[in-house]
Amino acid sequence: MTLDKNLLLVIVLAPLVGAVIAGLFGKRVGRVGAHGVTIVGVALSCALSMHVLYQLVWGGAETFNENLYTWFQVGSTSANIGFLIDRLTAMMMVVVTFVSLMVHVYTIGYMADDDGYQRFFSYIALFTFSMLMLVMSNNFLQLFFGWEAVGLVSYLLIGFWFKRPTAIFANMKAFIVNRVGDFGFLLGIAGVLMWFGGSLDYGTVFAHAQDPAIDMGARSVELIAGHPWQVATVVCICLFIGAMGKSAQVPLHVWLPDSMEGPTPISALIHAATMVTAGIFMVARMSPLFELSETALTFVLVIGATTALFTGLIGVVQNDIKRVVAYSTLSQLGYMTVALGVSAYSAGVFHLMTHAFFKALLFLGAGSVIIAMHHEQDMRHMGGLRKYMPVTWITMWIGSLALAGAPGFAGFYSKDAIIEAVGESHRVGAGYAYFCVLAGVFITALYSFRLLYMTFHGKERFVVEHAGHAHGHEHHADHDEHGHHAPGHLEHAPKESPWVVTLPLVLLAIPSVVIGFLTIGSMLFGDYFGQAIFVREANNVLGELGHEFHGALAMALHGFSQPPFWIALAGFATATWIWLFQPSVADKAENALRPLHTLLANKYWFDSLYQAVFARGGVALGRGLWRGGDAGLIDRAIDGSASFIDQLSAIVRRVQSGYLYHYAFAMILGLILLLGGSWWLFTRIAA
Amino acid sequence: MITLAHFLTLGAVLFCIAVAGIFINRKNVIVLLMCIELMLLAVNTNFVAFSRFLGDPSGQVFVFFILTVAAAEAAIGLAILVVLFRNRATIDVTDIDTLKG
Amino acid sequence: MTFELVCFYFFGAVAALAALAVISVKNPVVAALNLVLTFFSMACVWLLAQAEFLAVALVLVYVGAVMVLFLFVVMMLDVDFAPVREGFVRFLPVGIVVAVVMLVEMLMMIGVRSLQVPVSADPAALAGMSNMGWLGRTLFRDFLLPFEVAALILTVGLIAAIPLTLRKRSGIKTQNPGRQVMVKREDRIRLVKMDAVKKGEATP
Repeated sequence: MTLDKNLLLVIVLAPLVGAVIAGLFGKRVGRVGAHGVTIVGVALSCALSMHVLYQLVWGGAETFNENLYTWFQVGSTSANIGFLIDRLTAMMMVVVTFVSLMVHVYTIGYMADDDGYQRFFSYIALFTFSMLMLVMSNNFLQLFFGWEAVGLVSYLLIGFWFKRPTAIFANMKAFIVNRVGDFGFLLGIAGVLMWFGGSLDYGTVFAHAQDPAIDMGARSVELIAGHPWQVATVVCICLFIGAMGKSAQVPLHVWLPDSMEGPTPISALIHAATMVTAGIFMVARMSPLFELSETALTFVLVIGATTALFTGLIGVVQNDIKRVVAYSTLSQLGYMTVALGVSAYSAGVFHLMTHAFFKALLFLGAGSVIIAMHHEQDMRHMGGLRKYMPVTWITMWIGSLALAGAPGFAGFYSKDAIIEAVGESHRVGAGYAYFCVLAGVFITALYSFRLLYMTFHGKERFVVEHAGHAHGHEHHADHDEHGHHAPGHLEHAPKESPWVVTLPLVLLAIPSVVIGFLTIGSMLFGDYFGQAIFVREANNVLGELGHEFHGALAMALHGFSQPPFWIALAGFATATWIWLFQPSVADKAENALRPLHTLLANKYWFDSLYQAVFARGGVALGRGLWRGGDAGLIDRAIDGSASFIDQLSAIVRRVQSGYLYHYAFAMILGLILLLGGSWWLFTRIAA
Repeated sequence: MITLAHFLTLGAVLFCIAVAGIFINRKNVIVLLMCIELMLLAVNTNFVAFSRFLGDPSGQVFVFFILTVAAAEAAIGLAILVVLFRNRATIDVTDIDTLKG
Repeated sequence: MTFELVCFYFFGAVAALAALAVISVKNPVVAALNLVLTFFSMACVWLLAQAEFLAVALVLVYVGAVMVLFLFVVMMLDVDFAPVREGFVRFLPVGIVVAVVMLVEMLMMIGVRSLQVPVSADPAALAGMSNMGWLGRTLFRDFLLPFEVAALILTVGLIAAIPLTLRKRSGIKTQNPGRQVMVKREDRIRLVKMDAVKKGEATP
């Protein structure tokens, strides 16, 4: 049996309809109408996605690959709108629509007091549409469309509070950094069109790549004369540069922490669970291409390993609750990229799925804390919140345990599989990557539990003004005058968030615990992905691991005796000792490791470097071109030609006397010249 | 014996007289119009002569059309002249220099 | 020297002299009459070339219509011709020089000696018909559309001359034919319904 294409169209278009209604008719439908219509759209989409997944896995449906509409045609190349629905796509669709649905519900509570309520719902529904277009595409151009559309929505949402200068700075930054990646991505797509069979269709391109008669692996091209490069390497590295921008890999990671300027729900949806994983999805989808090039995969591996360890380190010194989670996201994206780099594509996608659940959970939990703290995000002013908001506290614990890789939780299976796969791999750089991912486990545990302890445990480091008049009296009058509160001063005691906020937390906590246990068998070691992901026999590290796999429960039990568990436990112990029992140690350590702390607090000076080189350099270049090129050359050329014509006309206009006989004289003069000229010509020809 | 050259020479003479007329009567619009008619006559003579000597009736047909256009031109030209004189009370071409650049 | 050649020289000389008179006489009326003479002489020259129809047409159209129009305008407009003859003498040498240079060039182009083509037999006669039939056949067979367009141009010229010279004068009572035609009964007659008898008298 095959899937119904009308059903697929409904999945894609339902969120779009919601977005259009909420966006264009927001005033007319009101707040309830806006969230109602978008939630119904996304819920429909989610339910149908689950149906599609069910049909593909248990219902015996075949892979759907069909063009629905020809967008345009240039010569023999046509750009189609079409869907490729296999199990990889179906899994992504379910993850995207489910997390999106959770975020929609959560937003009702989070944005309750915001003026841009309808606009926000329109954006996130539009995002769902774009992301679905991206994952369901069956060709490179539609992929690129979705890619840019999610980038656009990300830009709009980071700058959602467009009156904040920091938000505008952050969304410009995200947009520009993504342009760098997209440039590479476009070059990659152009390369695919040029060398891989002249088509943009996945099926044609992959068939071309795998055709032994063509042997794409042996083809090379001289980008610089005299230096032949393997074609597949060039194309794959270009494509991966696109993934680096979208999935925030070093050195294009700088935009993701700043994107936390946007509202928390979109940090959960876009900048943790779905959009940033588009790069991972894309590389997994392109596995037939990447498998051709050992060099490109090594590049992927090294970039991913670097991201996994070094961005995690920054997370340890951050004090903003959302930024800690953001750096954690960067680090986890690094893990996924490492998995791609050792050809363990399914492990990367598996981690993508588990990460989507628990990272969305952590972000939404952080958002719940932020609501309770009246939009205070600095963890130094929190502490002891566990008795005020128990549901948030428990679900955040679950999320953190999953993130840190406690055996049995979802994150354990995916992360452990990646570490094992890297250990098995013999690829160049695998040793470095193995060190990075192991060290990353310690760092992950450290910052995760640091966040929990600083937020929910220990002493309360905030002041409730109207409840306890003993505190903060000396500043009271000053505050009332200015109408806002100093950091750590709250008007009311923090309380648990409403049910629309906690319900998504609970619903996300459940898969965060069980999804790994349930699916690892088929996804990693079974043939869940089938033809969707292609791995060459020599690179099949997961296949080797599969021989040692004896069920999810056995793996969890085995996990207790493995190095990652002990490393994570060490991180947990360190965090517990420092931030729960001896908070003074943190300051001492900070002083003792002053240079390291400075390095991390400045994020390895990436931002400063980019600001100095690219931003200032761009401005200087622009100014130079303006002064020298535009004002100096072009303006002067244009003004000069205008004034030259002006002067010339001033002379020529004297000829135009207005007297008829002058004109007649000119005509007759011309006639005389013509006659003389033709007579001279004729005599010459005759002679 | 009349040859083609006789007719062409006569046409050239008439044409040059008309050109000279335009130069020396540069102020009088009426004489200018007459000179233009003279020029057309010279051109028509050439057409007739060539038509006769080539045995092709097209040349005479062209003369026919030129006569038509010349008649229309004379009618409109004189009408313009009447309007001009009514408005400016002169036919002096030197006074008409609105087109001056 | 045949009789035809004598006739040619005679009419040619008259035409040239009359043309010179056109451009040089003081009185535009005399100039116009000289122009008539030129046209008439040239019509005779055309007759020598067996272009009988065009010769007659030239006399009819130019002498009969165009030149009469000229004379009419010259006489109707009360033009003082003294000022417009200013500079006649001053520009005479320029005019003569230009005309002579042009004439020399034209004669060189014509190549008088090389174009001594004698008159062949009349092509119309060879085709076995009169000049008029010869011309008419071509005109109505090959040039029908241009002929119709020429008719249209004449009509346009005719109509254009009217609005150009038309002027509205104030203080004069005129009829408006358009409004006279468009008039309706209601504009002229008003029917009033009345009782046959006055009320007071009917009921005493």
